[in-house]
Amino acid sequence: MILDGKCPTGPLSEKWEKHRHEMKLVSPANKRRYKIIVVGTGLAGSSAAATLGELGYKVEAFCHLDSARRAHSIAAQGGINAAKNYPNDGDSIFRLFHDTIKGGDFRSREANVYRLATVSSNIIDQCVAQGVPFARDYSGYLDNRSFGGAQVSRTFYARGQTGQQLLLGAYSALSRQVKAGSVTLHTRTEMLDLVVVNGEAKGITVRDMVTGKISCHAADAVCLCTGGYINVFYLSTNSMGSNVTATFRAYKRGAFFANPCYTQIHPTCIPITGEHQSKLTLMSESLRNDGRVWVPKIRGDRRAPGEIPEEERDYYLERKYPSFGNLAPRDISSRAAKEVCDAGYGVGSGGCGVYLDFAEAIKRVGEDKIRERYGNLFDMYQKITDENAYKQPMRIYPAPHYAMGGLWVDYNLQSNVPGLFVLGEANFSDHGANRLGASALMQGLADGYFIIPYTIADYLARTQPGKVNTGDPEFIKSVEETERFIKGLLCVKGKRTVDEFHRQLGSIMWENAGMVRSRESLTKALSLISGLRAEFWENVRVPGGEAELNQELEKARRVADFLEFGELLVQDALHREESCGSHFRVEYETPEGEAMRDDENFCYVAAWGFRGDKGPELHKEPLVFENVQLAVRSYK
Amino acid sequence: MYLLRSQVGRKIVMAVSGFSMLAFVVVHLLGNTSMYGGPGSMNAYASALHRFPLLIWLFRLILMVMFYLHVFYGIALKLENRDAKPEPYVVEKYKQSTFAGRNMIWTGLLIGAFVVYHLLHFTFQVTNPQISAGSHPDAMGRPDVFMMVMLSFRKLAISAVYISAMIVLGLHLSHSIQSGFQTVGLNNDRSFPIAIKGGMVVAILITLGFAAFPIVIFTGILR
Amino acid sequence: MDLTLYVWRQSGPDKPGRLEEYKANGISPDMSFLEMLDVVNQDLIRAGEEPIAFDHDCREGICGTCSQVINGIPHGPVEKTTVCQLHMRHFKSGDTIYIEPWRARAFPVMKDLIVDRSALDRIMQAGGYVSVHTGGVPDANAVLIPKDDADASMDAAECIGCGACVAACPNGSAMLFTAAKVAHLAKLPQGRVEAARRVCVMTEAMMQEGFGSCSNHYECQAVCPKGIKVQFIAKLNREFMKSRM
Repeated sequence: MILDGKCPTGPLSEKWEKHRHEMKLVSPANKRRYKIIVVGTGLAGSSAAATLGELGYKVEAFCHLDSARRAHSIAAQGGINAAKNYPNDGDSIFRLFHDTIKGGDFRSREANVYRLATVSSNIIDQCVAQGVPFARDYSGYLDNRSFGGAQVSRTFYARGQTGQQLLLGAYSALSRQVKAGSVTLHTRTEMLDLVVVNGEAKGITVRDMVTGKISCHAADAVCLCTGGYINVFYLSTNSMGSNVTATFRAYKRGAFFANPCYTQIHPTCIPITGEHQSKLTLMSESLRNDGRVWVPKIRGDRRAPGEIPEEERDYYLERKYPSFGNLAPRDISSRAAKEVCDAGYGVGSGGCGVYLDFAEAIKRVGEDKIRERYGNLFDMYQKITDENAYKQPMRIYPAPHYAMGGLWVDYNLQSNVPGLFVLGEANFSDHGANRLGASALMQGLADGYFIIPYTIADYLARTQPGKVNTGDPEFIKSVEETERFIKGLLCVKGKRTVDEFHRQLGSIMWENAGMVRSRESLTKALSLISGLRAEFWENVRVPGGEAELNQELEKARRVADFLEFGELLVQDALHREESCGSHFRVEYETPEGEAMRDDENFCYVAAWGFRGDKGPELHKEPLVFENVQLAVRSYK
Repeated sequence: MYLLRSQVGRKIVMAVSGFSMLAFVVVHLLGNTSMYGGPGSMNAYASALHRFPLLIWLFRLILMVMFYLHVFYGIALKLENRDAKPEPYVVEKYKQSTFAGRNMIWTGLLIGAFVVYHLLHFTFQVTNPQISAGSHPDAMGRPDVFMMVMLSFRKLAISAVYISAMIVLGLHLSHSIQSGFQTVGLNNDRSFPIAIKGGMVVAILITLGFAAFPIVIFTGILR
Repeated sequence: MDLTLYVWRQSGPDKPGRLEEYKANGISPDMSFLEMLDVVNQDLIRAGEEPIAFDHDCREGICGTCSQVINGIPHGPVEKTTVCQLHMRHFKSGDTIYIEPWRARAFPVMKDLIVDRSALDRIMQAGGYVSVHTGGVPDANAVLIPKDDADASMDAAECIGCGACVAACPNGSAMLFTAAKVAHLAKLPQGRVEAARRVCVMTEAMMQEGFGSCSNHYECQAVCPKGIKVQFIAKLNREFMKSRM
């Protein structure tokens, strides 16, 4: 099937404006008759729930942690982009749009990205009004910093905790609506299934994580804001609880999963120390503003970094990409790091690391200035590694970080299942094959504050409120299936723990479908995953019972989905016979070792539909570029 | 009244009443130094105080109200706070709080008991009637307060009670002065360390100042 | 390194609990405290026992989910560190470690080391926000904010809402948490408008949730993983007095 993104016609800069006028509205009196479910309370979920509640809809919000404020958006460090052009350095909506499209290696939808760039300014205004304490200079004006993939300073930040401050802003807006009674918040409640009635999304099935009770909620529309699936790699910068279940269950109920193979590997993370590792910690990309990346020129050089003289250091990013240098986009920086480490130049134990050196910046602006800019990051680095990065360079290595892929949505953020809207990282729409730094926060808040309130009305205005209730057979069926699934996990009573399976899945994915992929490695991954999944269902051990707080059961439920989803990711990677952005196939590289796109055959969104045992079915949404020139991405 | 219903409000009442009593204690200490001037100066000071009975009773009334508020809300807050932390940790450890801070209720109650004794002893003069100043005028016909104090503090038991009570008062003040500054919102980055150290210094000075009387009298330094 | 753990086990909210002994052997100094517990749990599961339930999520010290009292100190012995960022190199082989849940009336234990901290959310819901609608706000640079105010506001806003302040407070008070939010917003022109109302409703909510009052022990500041200063409590008190005038 050829999918239609339903982008409005007309000039790029007028599409959103025009569309807003064409969309239907729900009158204030009618809004309270509509119920909307919002799953997830990160930037996208909190902002959406707060805004929809404020507009007058009845909102039910769900999160799996004990508080809405703990969603993993909180961990975003560096900043949020906006085309404010406050520094007067040549930024514009079009430039932000162009940088994002180019950064995504021309695999995202023009109209969506342009809209994102357009509303980016409103986000900063909104957050400031909420009391987000962005960094300011002595004049009292907002300060900006630069980020990877851009030659302008358009990133707004709040120390190294921008995500935290933005999320607390959205959470405070949400709290206000909870108090006002327009949003009902269900914490420690995890969505385990989507309920589709007569082809439309009308509710969800959830598990109360304290009592274990499975129940369902009916609504007129469902918004999934459940984040990304990068924990399929087990070790990632995501939180331990981040999972694919909500989106994957929606996929199994008919929603298309788009571009699952676009997985971002972040270049600056703290290297792995051993088998026990449970997660990886990101060091914000903003560090590359002042840090210089290098490795020794001598293979396997074991000298301390301070003893290696300048001329024996290879500042490989500056050498290979002179115009962007250390601020080359994430996918390129990550691959470059892997390349030098694979070639034996890596540093630290195991040789999986490169230096990120601040010596020069400290000499230039002083240690105090560096402390002011990145103090919390240096502290965090010291806590984890026991090394002082003011005195010796940091050691960093790439790690799985973000999922550009996600449920397929049209311009209205509605999936192919009517009534199912997908926001933030959970959808696929804006970042193409690679996301630029400081763009995820922008997208989450744009979707929640400024897009969904308009587009969901257009859907609701066309449906009757309260059409279905939880007595519908589809709800009953969903609850039964979910209960059966959980019982199934508990009664395997095997020998291996859930973590062992997850770790093994992660290593299969990382080795074969990570930063560099090949037909051979992907084919191997497919057979390994299906073998592991079979073993999981014969040999997993989930202690405890279903009607209680059971963390192993929660994990098992998520890993079971990852084991199926991993296969989908690999299948997508296998089918995409080109290299683009984060998806790098060794068969398709330029003579200089850069990604080689195949625009003739693969300039489309690959959206996969679930067909049971027959394997996923590929649907294509052709990508049409009317305003940018498809070009070989160059950061040289 | 909202102020007395809210936790922060009641804490402010504690601080204000505490500071009022602290002010009294300081004035009391300064007045007492007239002991060092001998019988003439002490007795003159004492009788001067009693020259305006209306004023002195107004003063006592205010002090009694402050005392009542401080004791009442001190106990009420303590009970509430204990209720807010029903289960202790198996391993109990503190990084910052002090012995004095954690035992304010006990030092407070002890001071309360001492105040009662002190009033019965020197103000109403019922504990040791044989040396009461009221019934033993000095050469100028004034109540001989000086002699009453001298005779009292030559007794080991009385001196010991007073010295111990002043140590307890010192403990109480060592926490409460800085605590009061914090509660009435006077602390910021600059004043905070000053309040902590200054509170401690004032507490020590007051303790030493008061304890000095029984010490110098009992040891015979002051004759 | 090899350790002996005494961990609080409690199967449900109204069930009795007790400390149980576990051995954690072969622990690497590079592990985080939670990774050490992961190892213990994996062994428990393999041995057919119930693993220790504990709250955790981001494991990078920002989400505020992890919550354990280690040897009597919330978040353990290292200053300005959450449990997830506490590394085993701060312990010695042969050490005995006591692990207990946050304790306060307002934080009932749900299971083992997991407590219910929703009371903190309800304090926020009472008034921890600027009542601004989405859209229709002025340009971000329309109101200038002195850098010092923005920085001071950020110092307060860094609170991660973990509740260690409550756990450490001998009075089970949430003053540092509440004060951080009151101060964060009161320092900004956008938050000033509602400052008087906010401080009253938030402290009122705090009392209603069963938290104690502040006796200025400063135990909260000593354990706060983000180093939120008690000067913000003075700021709250100031705001409270202003609101009464």
